[in-house]
Amino acid sequence: MPSVLFYLFSAIMLGFGILVVALRNPVSSALSLAASFLGLAALFVSLGAFFIGVIQVLVYAGAVMVLFLFIIMLLDIQAEQRRKLNLPAVIGGSLLVLVFALQLATVLGDFPAGHRILNAAPLSPTAALEARRAAGTVHASIDQDLAAGKLPDVKLIGETLFSQYNFHLQIIGVLLLVATVGVIVISRREDKTAAPAEPSSPAPTPP
Amino acid sequence: MDWFFIISSGVKIAVITFGIILPLVALSSLAERKVSAFIQDRIGPNRVGIPMTLLGGKKDIAFFGLVQPLADGLKFILKEDFTPKHVRKFYFWLAPALVLVPALLTVGVIPFGSTLKLLGHHVPLVIADLNIGPLFVFAISSLGVYGIVLAGWASNSKYPFLGGVRSSSQMISYEIALGLSVIPVLMIFQELNLGAIVRFQDKNGWLLLPLWGDGLSLQRWLLLVPLAISFVVFTVSIFAETNRMPFDLPECETELVAGYHTEYSSMKFALFFLGEYAAMIVGSGLIVTLFLGGWSIPFGDKIGLGFEAAQNTWWVGLLHLGCFLTKVVAFIFFFMWVRWTLPRFRFDQLMRLGWVFFFEIALFNVFLTALILMLVK
Repeated sequence: MPSVLFYLFSAIMLGFGILVVALRNPVSSALSLAASFLGLAALFVSLGAFFIGVIQVLVYAGAVMVLFLFIIMLLDIQAEQRRKLNLPAVIGGSLLVLVFALQLATVLGDFPAGHRILNAAPLSPTAALEARRAAGTVHASIDQDLAAGKLPDVKLIGETLFSQYNFHLQIIGVLLLVATVGVIVISRREDKTAAPAEPSSPAPTPP
Repeated sequence: MDWFFIISSGVKIAVITFGIILPLVALSSLAERKVSAFIQDRIGPNRVGIPMTLLGGKKDIAFFGLVQPLADGLKFILKEDFTPKHVRKFYFWLAPALVLVPALLTVGVIPFGSTLKLLGHHVPLVIADLNIGPLFVFAISSLGVYGIVLAGWASNSKYPFLGGVRSSSQMISYEIALGLSVIPVLMIFQELNLGAIVRFQDKNGWLLLPLWGDGLSLQRWLLLVPLAISFVVFTVSIFAETNRMPFDLPECETELVAGYHTEYSSMKFALFFLGEYAAMIVGSGLIVTLFLGGWSIPFGDKIGLGFEAAQNTWWVGLLHLGCFLTKVVAFIFFFMWVRWTLPRFRFDQLMRLGWVFFFEIALFNVFLTALILMLVK
């Protein structure tokens, strides 16, 4: 990818990310977050991870943020008042950011691929195919794509998820099911004491 | 990345957007009125033609009213662009664009034809041959809801707001059925690239018409049962996603005046209109690509009009393009037919249909397909 595009999309992502905090109108903030997600998705796509990029748009920008917007509009949350600076909160926030940045730097510093320049490590489907053959994994559709010089990212993710991490996937599925049932139970609990003062809004369910 | 690729991509974007989609949008707006007139036993717009009287002639040439879309477009541009005082101006201006742009972006992955042989190069008739075709369409078209929601909110009045809220809950509900109903199809193809999906159908029979190639196996004929369910759920969900009758609750005129675009006038209103029709065309294109063989001609592979033939002769490529457009136009006619035949749903019925019926049916359908794929080889 031309590095110009990398800087462009990074700027979109970070710029809108700052706007999320800086803007006072909740609707503007929510939309900025969606735009920031779009920038992030573009970065994923530029790394060849089409599937992750599209899921980023489909799930976060297309579903979660729409739900957020829906709730903000339904509850009619007004623009936030400008408050004076809260010093302990600012110091706490900066400390948290610093610790997180340090953690990220140490983890990424130990990651071997982090020391290689992307242009010096091009994607090589044929090499990947040979590695797969050596390891003895066979999947007709994936091998065909790799032999044709294409990166079948969706298929590779699916293969890894449903073979290597199948058990973990099942557990996450059960957890999500429990959460869904919980949401239904909470949102449909009948109020036996008195008539509710105001109509209750349905709880948002982040997927 | 050679120059030919960049130039041909640019030409494809220009030709497909301005040469195919937008004229189709204009013609469908005329066709909608003609079809509705036909169904209601009226005549419909039949006067606007070449205005010979303006040029000093004796009589206008009526031309079956074919110039009507041009007159409509002129009217939209020349009308006063009125922005009410109580609206939130920035979002009021942004919303129409947010409806049209995603609808036009999704055109990029739909294969309009096989390949055209031009100047010794093979030009695939798809703008972006992505490996994640259907997912890309779902992702980008799910952004279209922002436009409608923002239009409702920015208008700052009650009816548009209700329209916007209805639209967002409707779209989120039907996106689930849409995504789940397409899984059986992808399980059969084992492929997410729309170009490869159509090539498979070109060789082995359309999904809903397995009459040649490997399509004549027992497995494919048994799979017709889950595929028919898939097709119905998918088509109905596309109706809901594009806000077409009988699911046009966001702009339901008997309850909400005109729904989310009540406060809009002139070209900004026209953009909503264009967005809806463009989404309808892309939706038809997607249905045709997944279930009805895309650009492939029935028995094309057997009578020498298949994918291989298009590699050598240029007119076969054009024939495929024509075949795709014919199917899409037929499906658009189906959209209109439904609109002028069925009454509108009530909103609770619509949500019930999405969550209680389609969600479960689509989920069950995935298991049924897996069972057939596993048991019958």
